Parts: sequence; structure tokens; C-alpha cells
Amino acid sequence: MINPNSPVILSVKNLTAEVDGTPILKGLNIEIKAGEIHAIMGPNGSGKSTLSKVLAGHPAYTVTGGEVTYKGENLFDLEPQDRARSGVFLAFQYPLEIPGVSNLDFLRVAYNSRQKHLGLEELDVFDFDELIQAKLDIVKMNPAFLSRSVNEGFSGGEKKRNEILQMAILQPSLAILDETDSGLDIDALKIVANGVNQLSNQDNSMLVITHYQRLLDYIIPDFVHVMANGQILTSGGKELALELEAKGYDWVTEPQTANV
Amino acid sequence: MTATLTQLIPLTPPANPQLQDIRTQASAYLQEETIPTNRDEEWRFTNLSPLLAQTFAAPSPQLPPVNINGLVIPEAPDSRLVFVNGIYEPEYSSIANLPAGVFIGNLAAAIDAGLAVTDYLGKQPGGEEVFTAINTAGINEAAVVWLEKDSSYDSPIQLLFIATVDDVAVAIQPRTLIVMEAGSNATVIQEYLHTSIPNHLYFNNAVTEIWLGNTATLNHTRIQDEDITAIHIGKTAVSQSQHSSYTGNSIDLGSKLSRHNWEIFQIGAATETNLNGLAMVNGEQESDTHSTIALTKPNGTTNQLHKCIVDDRAHAIFNGKVFVPQAAQQTNAGQLNRNLLLSSTARIDTKPQLEITADNVKCSHGATVSQLEDDEIFYLQSRGLDVETAKILLINAFAVEIIDRIPVASVREKLAVAVKAFKAS
Repeated sequence: MINPNSPVILSVKNLTAEVDGTPILKGLNIEIKAGEIHAIMGPNGSGKSTLSKVLAGHPAYTVTGGEVTYKGENLFDLEPQDRARSGVFLAFQYPLEIPGVSNLDFLRVAYNSRQKHLGLEELDVFDFDELIQAKLDIVKMNPAFLSRSVNEGFSGGEKKRNEILQMAILQPSLAILDETDSGLDIDALKIVANGVNQLSNQDNSMLVITHYQRLLDYIIPDFVHVMANGQILTSGGKELALELEAKGYDWVTEPQTANV
Repeated sequence: MTATLTQLIPLTPPANPQLQDIRTQASAYLQEETIPTNRDEEWRFTNLSPLLAQTFAAPSPQLPPVNINGLVIPEAPDSRLVFVNGIYEPEYSSIANLPAGVFIGNLAAAIDAGLAVTDYLGKQPGGEEVFTAINTAGINEAAVVWLEKDSSYDSPIQLLFIATVDDVAVAIQPRTLIVMEAGSNATVIQEYLHTSIPNHLYFNNAVTEIWLGNTATLNHTRIQDEDITAIHIGKTAVSQSQHSSYTGNSIDLGSKLSRHNWEIFQIGAATETNLNGLAMVNGEQESDTHSTIALTKPNGTTNQLHKCIVDDRAHAIFNGKVFVPQAAQQTNAGQLNRNLLLSSTARIDTKPQLEITADNVKCSHGATVSQLEDDEIFYLQSRGLDVETAKILLINAFAVEIIDRIPVASVREKLAVAVKAFKAS
């Protein structure tokens, strides 16, 4: 929901970044306030996923210029784990499988590292079990997935549900969903989107990165930005997504041919 | 026989005249032998120079007191044998309430009990090997576990070999004999540990012989956690009769230089063999596992998973032979060696080696070498774990697949602590 008086959660100004010496982000600007849901759409290779990795602090991406402020702090002063503990959450496009680490232990360690950071009580195995049981319903996850290794042998939909379950546990201020809809059938998409909607409130914000409009039928954005060639070319309301779906990305990225 | 070999053999006379024959045979074999070098195929990657650079004495019979409190397994209150520097220590051992048909004791007690130990001691196939012969040439003592036909022992049996060294470098020659008669069933936890930080290195030359009768089942866990300056050379030889089942879990954590020769001989059809190995080394450690599964009869099943975690400038070696001759039709053999390299100066030499001449068998083998992936660490960081915690979690995840196969909870817990303490670079 848009509330002009909400505090700014994330402010990105003229951000440039590269990977292996190749510039990907070329002067990107975006501002996200508490309570807002922003969608970034764009063709493959436009830099959408790079933006999400840069914000989360992936070591393979090098920031070459610009400023990113998160809750008034320079985001780049924080190590990736400190960004996570401060409330930046990235739902991965391809969540990693970690054989040998039980999903339940992983969720508890993640939860407790955040609790510790905030000076709050860390939970033991039993108390955490109660907490997690209450959260499972958000993504309609079978409790059997807790005792399995993290994402190991999970289907694409189960992995994405597990990401949203982690989000429910960590209660981020800024959730970045990187192509969360990729590889999902329509039922899984609805469950995941429904989970995200349950977690959305006036104090947190979402940055939804997607190639297709269909996810935005279920997670309704307040703002839609179209990205190409490392920049945001145009922004608008949720109707912009529908227009893109109807006209394709060429309509935005190559306006000169549209005029011919 | 070279001078180096001679000084490794204790010259004490045999405690029991029954031992004279195998001693004499072993000594005769050693007359012709020398310590292997890198020119021997079986020792190509293993550097034995620390062994040759040192002179060793036999352990003194006057042993210092040893604190075994942290070393005993609570699951084995009445089935624990303790040897200090190879010498049986009845006051630290605890044997009580053994059911009929079950013997757990030292060699002298086994001979007194009328068990036919000399029918089995030193009689494993492939026994002609220098280090085993050194152990046998001076044999006076052994841990003996003997289960008569159809007997079983439900609790684990702990065989605890403790090294404690002060100002003299000693050569210790621990020996174990496990005889499982037909239809018997037991779980053995065999540990090579140390209590003191020695001023001098020690050499532990451990030999274990295991005999499984028809349909006998043994679950055997062997843990080597010697002092970081020690040299440990171990032999585990297992002979399996028809329909018997051997599961071995071998964990190597300690020693500057360790070598485990693990040899399985199939002497009856339709046996089952499961070998699970984990070597975890850092610093300047070198750890070598040479396993051999020699099938000779049809319908055998073997599964082997061997894992190495190597950090700093450490070196791990795995050589896994599986022989499937013409007579071993319908064999189902699987072998996998997985290695985790944690530093650019760590080294792995791996050689899975299947020799198959039978034509109706199912055999697979493979080896992998991997590192901790930046993407995995980043995924954990993005959930609030610092890099160190993320690495420990991933190393533990790699090791736990083997550790979880050990059937005694307190042993698993102790190893989990050791894994957590194994610092990522």
C-alpha cells in the first residue's frame, strides 16, 4: 500500500555494478518505502537478478558506483550476513541444496542469528519447533520437509515454498523475490503468492523481480518498473505490467521501432 | 632384516608358549623384508620417512596413571577393554555379566578360557606384509572378542587403546582378534586415542583380525584419533563366511602420518560388506586408506563410501580395490570416494580400482573432488550465518553422512564435536 508518509526502506541512486569485469548495472535508481510492493520486470539479461544479488551482497558482483541506503545506513557497509540480520531477505531464483543439513536446523540457526543480532531471545529446539509449526501453514508445507536436508530433492515448487517459509521466520523489512515464479505451476504459484501476501504489511516492503506478468495477478504491486540494459527505463502503476504483457518488452526497450 | 625393522620388535619372550610358532614365522618373513618405500606401488603416495628418522623403544611396563573418564562409552558399561601402550589394564577395563557364549578379554584370559586363539591369530589371508609381521613377531597381548555359535551381545563392546608417552619415543603394537562364530551378532567400537601430549612421537602399529562365520553379523567402528605427532599404521583384516554381514566404519582424525590397510576376504558366498570411511586432516597431516575387497564366491554385495576432508597442507590418500573374479558371479559392488578440499595447498590422491573378470555382475565406482562453493556459503550468509559458521555447517554436512552410520549415539556425538572443532581455513 502506498503511504507518502512512510519511512524510506531502500534508496538506490545511480547504482553501477559489474561481474567479471562486464558492466551489468548502468545507473539504476529506485526508492522503496515501508508498506510498498514494487515489481521490476524486464527481458532476460536486463540486470534484474544482478540487482538482487548486489543488494544481498553476493561476492561475485562488484559495485562500481552509486549509493544504496537501507533504513538510512549505507548498505554496502554491511557484510551479507549483517544485511540479512538487519532485515534484507533475498528469495533465491535457484535455492541451493545443502545435503546433510537438516532444514529444521538450518531454519533455527538462521532464526537465532537474527534474534541474537536484535538482542532478542534465541530459541532452543523445542521452542523453535513450536514457532515453525505455526508458520508452516503460510506456505502449506508438509512438516516432513523439515526433517529433510535443505532443499535436497525438493521440487521447484517445494524449494520456493521453503524460501517463503524462511522469509516468514526471518520477518524481513525488505524482501527481494528473484523470479520466484520461475518453474512454478499455477497451483504452486498461488500458494507462494498467497504466502507472500500474508507476510506483507505496512512496515515491510517487497521488491518482486519477474519476467512474466502472471505472478503480479496474485501479488499486486503498487509500482511496476521496466528494466533493460542495466537501467530502469520506465515506471508506472500495476497497469504497466498488463500493458507489457500485451505489447512485449520491445514496446519499452525499442520505442524507435514502435514508432515506425 | 634392516636395523629399523629390528628395533621395532619387542624382544620380550612370549608370555604363552602357544604364541611361539606365529612369532617365529613372522620373524622369518621379516628376515627377507625391508620397510616399504615410494617405489612400492602400495606405498607410492605415502611418505614413511618420519618413521625411518626416529628410533623407538618398547613401551615401559610401568605405566603412568591415565584418566579415562572422557574416553569411555556410557553405552558399554560392562563390555570395555582398555589397553595402555598395548598393555592390558584390568583396572580401567570393565567386563561383567557376559551372557553364555560371549567372551571379551585379553589374550591370556582367552587362552585360559580354552578358546582356540592360535587357530585364528595371524591366519588371515594376505598376512605377509611387513607391518603386520612386525606386530606378530613380538606378539604377547591382544584384545579378544569371541562370540560362540548363535550368541549375541546387545550393547556395544568398547576396545580402547590409549597411547601415553613421556620422554621416550615408543613403538606400540596393539592387537585385536574378533571371532564371530556362525549366527552370532555384535557391535564393536575400537578406538585408538591418546591422553598426553608427548615430547616424543610414538608409533602405533595396530593389527585387527576379524573372522565371521556363516550368517554372523558384525558392526565394527574403528576410530583413529592419535596425537598429532604420532605415526599410526593399522591393518584390519576381515574374513567373511557364507551369508555373513560386515559393516565397518573407519574414522581417521589424528596422527601426523596414518595408514589404514583394510582388507576384506570373502570365503563364502552371498556375503554383505559395507565399508564407510571418513578421513579428516589439516595442518601437515597425511592420512592414507588402502582398502581391498577380495570377492571369490557368487552373490556377494559390497557398498563402500569413503570421504576425505582435507585442509591446510594436509594430504589424504584413498586406494580402494575391489576384485571380482570369474567365480564371483552375481556380485553387486558399489564404491564411491568423495573428497572435500578446503585449501589450495591441500592434496588428494584417489584411486578407485575395480578389477572385474566375472561377466554377470553389477559394479559401479566413482570419485569426486569438490570445494566449498561460494554460492553455498553465500546462501547461508544471506540467511544470517557468518562465513565461519557457514563453513562449519557445510563441513559437518559432508562428514555427517558417514558419522550417522555409526550405531552408538555417544560416539556420533563425540565425532560431531570433533568435526565442529575442525577449523575451516
